[in-house]
Amino acid sequence: MVKFLISIAGRFIVLSLALMVIWLLLSGYFDKTTLLVFGVFSALLCAWLTLHMGILDDDSVPLSVMPGIFFYWLWLFIEIGKSNFIVAMQVWSPKMSLSPQMIRVKAHQISDSGKATYANSITLTPGTVSVDLLGEDILIHALTEDLADVSAIEDMGRKVCRVESTMHPNLKTKAKEGGGA
Amino acid sequence: MMGERMDSFIHYASLFLFAAGSFFVITGALGLLRFPDFYTRMHASGVTDTLGADLILWGMILQADGDWLLIAKLLIIMLFLMFTSPVSTHSIAHAAWVGGLNPLLGKDLKHSDIAPDRDETKSAPEAQSADGQHEGGTE
Amino acid sequence: MIMYVAATIAVIVAIVIALARAILGPSLYDRVLAGNAVGTKTILLLGLMGFLTGRPEFLDIALLYALMNFIATIAILKFFGYRTMSPQMRDISSRLRNGHNDGGADG
Repeated sequence: MVKFLISIAGRFIVLSLALMVIWLLLSGYFDKTTLLVFGVFSALLCAWLTLHMGILDDDSVPLSVMPGIFFYWLWLFIEIGKSNFIVAMQVWSPKMSLSPQMIRVKAHQISDSGKATYANSITLTPGTVSVDLLGEDILIHALTEDLADVSAIEDMGRKVCRVESTMHPNLKTKAKEGGGA
Repeated sequence: MMGERMDSFIHYASLFLFAAGSFFVITGALGLLRFPDFYTRMHASGVTDTLGADLILWGMILQADGDWLLIAKLLIIMLFLMFTSPVSTHSIAHAAWVGGLNPLLGKDLKHSDIAPDRDETKSAPEAQSADGQHEGGTE
Repeated sequence: MIMYVAATIAVIVAIVIALARAILGPSLYDRVLAGNAVGTKTILLLGLMGFLTGRPEFLDIALLYALMNFIATIAILKFFGYRTMSPQMRDISSRLRNGHNDGGADG
């Protein structure tokens, strides 16, 4: 119980500080006292509203920022670049050779945010769009046969699992047995 | 001397980024016009959302002249686009799927009359499709 | 300067093409998708206009537009999915349509 309260207080402080930093960046005023006071007030109000709505949990304010996710984003950027060229070639070729496919892949992520990261990564790479989430499966619409590469998509899923297991160490064992499949 | 060289490098790099970004923005729009059905057009709009927008925003960052407030704003726009564009694409696709719009599949782009793996049991909006949800699906 | 003009023209041409798709349809979802694409390009156009006219305040408007474009897409889809803005109202409105409103109209 005490631990829970401490974690809530920690999240509250982290969220308030983050909101204040965003307020400073977007306004650009650093020396007007009245504006700064109102900025702090509005940040605290927003954090309190979040607490009051009961959405101040691990999904909205993750406390541990892991370096793994930045490497994952870097890798994702390269993947996005590669598949963009494939789709662009299809657009500009005079005779399009599309062969759309519907495929299903398993999502082994434990947490909801892990599943959302996986589905959004699939959608973010052009050529594959996640259409539906049926329990453990993600239904994907792919533009061509080359892009409907199940092993490459599952490789992405394993990467998400690895990042997730560093984020939630208590879920590690389950993530491992799921990610290996 | 060194600063001048750096300036012209930044100038040409942002020129290249603007040109490439414009190319991909046009590519996405053209794909939106040319592709045969809704589900394939979705992929074309993804090209604009990811590479086209990001390249143009990077070009603007190089042109911001080291004004770090501008750079922060541009980075926030980029991050926000990166988080929201897949969510809105997915929700349009999911709405079309639940609303009964069947994709063209295979090399010969045949209209599949019943899409594979459609889950008939769940999804509340499906029950509504009986009373007037069909203008999306039939054409 | 010339590159801003070129990029602005490219974005405007892309907006016109996307509008053509929004008019041609044929399904509702095509139109929503085209509207969303026009919104993304408008964000780019606002930023480019800010740089072109030397008024970077336009970036604030672009940021706001990015927020609104996302919310607008979700709201439109929700409206066409449920035919009302709040799902709780759905039961009430369908009951009214079917004439099962337990005499509530009298009082």
